[in-house]
Amino acid sequence: MSRSDQTEGLTALDRPNSYIGQSVPRPNLDRLLQGRGQYVSDLVLPRMVHVAFVRSPRAHARIAAIDTEAAKAMPGVVAVVTGRELAAVVTPWVGVLAHLKGLKSAPQHAMAIDRVCWQGEAVVAVLASSRALAEDAVEAVEVSYEELPAVTDMRSALDPATPVIHPDLGDNLAFERNHDAGAVDAAFAEADEVVEAEFVFGRHTGVTLEPRAVVADWNVGERRLTIYQGTQAPHMVQNIAAKHLDLAEQQVRVVCKDVGGSFGIKVHIYADEMATYGLAKLLRRPVKFVADRVESFNTDIHARDHICKGRIAVNRNGSIKAFEIDDLTGIGPYSMYPRTSAIEANQVVNLVGGQYTTPNYRARARVVFQNKNVTCQYRAVGHPIACSVTEGLVDLAARRIGMDPVQIRRLNLIGDDAYPCASPTGLRFEALSHHASLQKLLQMMDYEALRAEQARLRRRGIHRGIGLASFIEVTNPGAAFYGVGGARISSQDGVTVRLDAAGSVTCYTSITEQGQGSEAITAQIVASGLGVSIDRVRVVLGDTDATPYGGGTWASRAAGIGGEAALQSAKTLRGNILQVAAAILQARPADLDISDNAVVDPSSGERKIELSELARIVFFRPDTLPPGLQPEMVATRHFVPRQYGFAFTNGIQASWLEVDTATGFISLLDHWVVEDCGTVINPQLVDEQVRGGVVQGLGAALFEHCIYDERGQLTNANMADYLVPMAAEMPDIAVGHVVTPTKESELGAKGAGEAGTAGAAAAVANAVNDALSPFGVTITEIPLTPRVILSALGRA
Amino acid sequence: MKAPAFSYMRAESVEHALELLSRHGDAAKILSGGQSLLPALNLRLAAPAILIDIGRLDELRGIDLRDNVVTIGALTRHVDLLASEEILSSLPLLRQAAAHVAHPAIRNRGTIGGNLAHADPASEFPACMLALDARMVIRREDGERRVDARDFFRGIYETALEPCELLVAIEIPRPQSGSRTYFHEFVRRSGDYAMTGLAALAHLDGAQFADLRLSYFAIGDRPYLARATSHLVGVAITGERIAEAQAALDAELDPPDDQQASAAMRRHFARLLLSRCVANVLERPELAMEAVT
Amino acid sequence: MTTARIALMVNGEKISAEVPARLNLADFVRDQLGLTGTHVGCEHGVCGACTMRVNGEIIRSCLTLAVQADGCAVETIEGLSDSGEIADLQAAFRERNALQCGYCTPGMLITAQDLLLKHADPERTEIREHLSGNYCRCTGYHAIVDAVERTAKARQRRP
Repeated sequence: MSRSDQTEGLTALDRPNSYIGQSVPRPNLDRLLQGRGQYVSDLVLPRMVHVAFVRSPRAHARIAAIDTEAAKAMPGVVAVVTGRELAAVVTPWVGVLAHLKGLKSAPQHAMAIDRVCWQGEAVVAVLASSRALAEDAVEAVEVSYEELPAVTDMRSALDPATPVIHPDLGDNLAFERNHDAGAVDAAFAEADEVVEAEFVFGRHTGVTLEPRAVVADWNVGERRLTIYQGTQAPHMVQNIAAKHLDLAEQQVRVVCKDVGGSFGIKVHIYADEMATYGLAKLLRRPVKFVADRVESFNTDIHARDHICKGRIAVNRNGSIKAFEIDDLTGIGPYSMYPRTSAIEANQVVNLVGGQYTTPNYRARARVVFQNKNVTCQYRAVGHPIACSVTEGLVDLAARRIGMDPVQIRRLNLIGDDAYPCASPTGLRFEALSHHASLQKLLQMMDYEALRAEQARLRRRGIHRGIGLASFIEVTNPGAAFYGVGGARISSQDGVTVRLDAAGSVTCYTSITEQGQGSEAITAQIVASGLGVSIDRVRVVLGDTDATPYGGGTWASRAAGIGGEAALQSAKTLRGNILQVAAAILQARPADLDISDNAVVDPSSGERKIELSELARIVFFRPDTLPPGLQPEMVATRHFVPRQYGFAFTNGIQASWLEVDTATGFISLLDHWVVEDCGTVINPQLVDEQVRGGVVQGLGAALFEHCIYDERGQLTNANMADYLVPMAAEMPDIAVGHVVTPTKESELGAKGAGEAGTAGAAAAVANAVNDALSPFGVTITEIPLTPRVILSALGRA
Repeated sequence: MKAPAFSYMRAESVEHALELLSRHGDAAKILSGGQSLLPALNLRLAAPAILIDIGRLDELRGIDLRDNVVTIGALTRHVDLLASEEILSSLPLLRQAAAHVAHPAIRNRGTIGGNLAHADPASEFPACMLALDARMVIRREDGERRVDARDFFRGIYETALEPCELLVAIEIPRPQSGSRTYFHEFVRRSGDYAMTGLAALAHLDGAQFADLRLSYFAIGDRPYLARATSHLVGVAITGERIAEAQAALDAELDPPDDQQASAAMRRHFARLLLSRCVANVLERPELAMEAVT
Repeated sequence: MTTARIALMVNGEKISAEVPARLNLADFVRDQLGLTGTHVGCEHGVCGACTMRVNGEIIRSCLTLAVQADGCAVETIEGLSDSGEIADLQAAFRERNALQCGYCTPGMLITAQDLLLKHADPERTEIREHLSGNYCRCTGYHAIVDAVERTAKARQRRP
């Protein structure tokens, strides 16, 4: 082990034998370690057929003709279905939300009908007895396309000469937001220095190791559609599937077992998934769709792809006077459904400068259509852009006035005693810890020693850099995210806890598990809140027939929202149990507690009655209980934060790296993170969320890029050419915590899942510029490939 | 992403393989380790009607040193090259290169013959063959021929092999004792295909080069033996000589511009590799200056 | 022949099967034998999720045809788990939370065990290098390297 975890002072709940704050191993790991997981791609149902899609090879084209006859005659083929045929069972949708004022998009069908709008859009579905046979028949489908001009450059998407992708919409502008707070013009006019830069963020994608996978099973006898899907939001899928297949919600069940990675990729409704539901209904049998890797690159949502111009006004004393940004992003031909593709740009506007005290902030964001794959919410939505722009500008300002990057942050980060307060965009901060986090980070990395080492090595021609990136992060979103815009996406979650006859506990939660540890933290909280050992708690999730209604796991919300529901339901059940125990023991409930699987006398610790014995009496000998006492061994509670729209968290990252100025290669040497997610339920899980998130950010910083040509062709849709971060190039990552619990919940937990991704690329970019400072170059583009570095240095 | 249907035939002997090749010609592809062919099949970039599996032909396996020639059977795997004492002592360049080929699980199945016959211009081994002046032993039903490495690689995935021919072995003259090797490649991630790489073999005469073979890969449509070394052989090596050689190298190269690297980057890397190689081989670190830009 | 009859040992069990020539070993064990612990991540030999052992050596099962495994001894994560061979490595992964979604994990474990069999005391950089062909999107690798390192050290302490 290279580094010690820095986890002191994490326990917030001080019940006896509390698991909260403990690094309890996840209960579901053993089956995954033994290859006994149950992923959707593993699922086989009787009479199941496999679908493969004919996908558009062109970015923009009119479909002139489709000939499916040869394909229908191929071995194993059960059906060949065109977009027009499928439209009879699946209605189209428009990905807009009312609170994103002015957001527009065009109706999108499950499969293209007259026109394809990006390379990879599904045109024809081929269903066969195996995926291989379906793929064989895909090659036999003849589609004639009349190519249309493709809009691929976001910079010219709004030019009058550029074709409009959806003529009914009038132009290619999907959404624009402007914000102006404080006295921006005056601040820029009066500041000692103004620094500006254009930041470019490459398009990248999530690359979940298990691709998107669905098995849809229409049981015509029950008139019920069961959807087995690796999704982060089962109830959302239930709602949308019902709505567009003309079913009542109770006719749709969504089951989600193990999921091979999500990161936001699996929180959307994809056209091909909707097609799969519809095909099951059309064929009256189970249909399986598992995207292959090429399909994943072409159709899993992409993210980022922003060009953001930024300006910062600063005085020579280090005081930051204003920020101004102008952000442009291309989202593909449609706004994604149902969460829309305007959220990332909206978040950029919300978040830039949010960690600093200046009230002067102006922003514009424009979201334009293109003939490329759709973009939407991927881990840390908008945060990496906002953080890179903000922290990049702050470093540029510091360099301009000759100030150390730490010092300018000390001078301008919102004071730890300033809360509650609000940002220039109206974000309300309950309590953050920028300065404590910065201080802790500097200790962990030994900043002064690193600076000395940097100077020493620089004299030998070795160019190392230190980059800092502080950030704020949106977590625990309430209805403000989607509900207020009209989306039927639950912001509350529910947990049911049940004491069973042998004294064990079954718990049903509406949050979902894709590896974060939802099962583990739910078990920890329930065990702690109830007073039972964790091995007695079984957690059930991912089934709309079984769990309470809720949002699921996304936007760093599961622990903070679902965790509080778990705590409250466990406490309620504890109350119910103690009421029964009091009757049995002829005591007062207030004089009893539950600890270590028994009802105890809390003052002496004496075990009064084992829970298993109490359960035996309740379930098998209720005749021995006092008349009129009806035991309720089940409790359900729901939760959503109401006072704050979001629970903001904060943190800071640092990168230490070396740039080989001869080759343009970057070696990541060290990476540190301090973050404040409030109560830490399971330190190990939080740390691993942070580490995994950091590496996704490092991937964006150095490697990951969906490269389109000018005709809208994705040129690197495979894992040999799209570079994900691998073990050999990644550093060890040290994680530390500052703990500022939210008072909105008893648990006090905020989200932690996106903090790593939020700041990693910014830290790396700042470190690269720090390393290259002797060369007088500044690079504000990611990924930071050798080509980018060498070009900046004038070497290639 | 499933391979298209094909017929599978397992060769029972080299003669059987040749007979199958001769009978099916262009319709057939040889399956050796499959580490390049199977990705192409799964991606449906290739659709041969027939695969002829030579993987069981033990006679094509092994490393043998005789009369100062190392003969490597075509089915010898990358992992075998890494583990071989013979390779370590006679052809260390191959061992250096093998360590850079993909990852352990790939090296356990990938074969030298399959790699060379695939002729990926970004692959390490073709360049090594050129540096080592290897000869390809090629058989067909009616005979056997030998083709020098410099004539064997004809373009991207193109070799001198006829459809009815099989690469059965590689013969490599054992470099004279005291020869030096250098191998380096620029890769974004460990195990990736190179952006540009160099496999080099040098013979020293005192402090000078008696011979220097710089074989570049990922620099064109096939491995490339630099002529610019003429500026470095038989002369006292100085920074000026290296700069001359680099300039000459730049003039003779015509590298492609693609997603992996721009042409300018490849030129830059090639120059850099030249100076680093010379410095390394001569054990004169001061010569490893940055290439002129 | 577009199909072939093969006989092989899978996790110590004799298997005889008729397989399409084009069927790769990953799809064979998953679809015909129900051994779904071998995962398919990229199907072009890059991600490492389908890593298994054939005749004691790790291979990419998406780049191996089932017919090529005729006569071979194949070991998947299910076999390595049931035999107890990697129980300590699995325990280290569990203790260290060296997996999140678990999809890469079988391939990661088999590759790590391959390293530990060859190299009893690897450095962290050697662990990272040996695992460099196995993609994990969740963990960022640090915890995996820790778990492998801890297992190596624990095995060295064993008498």
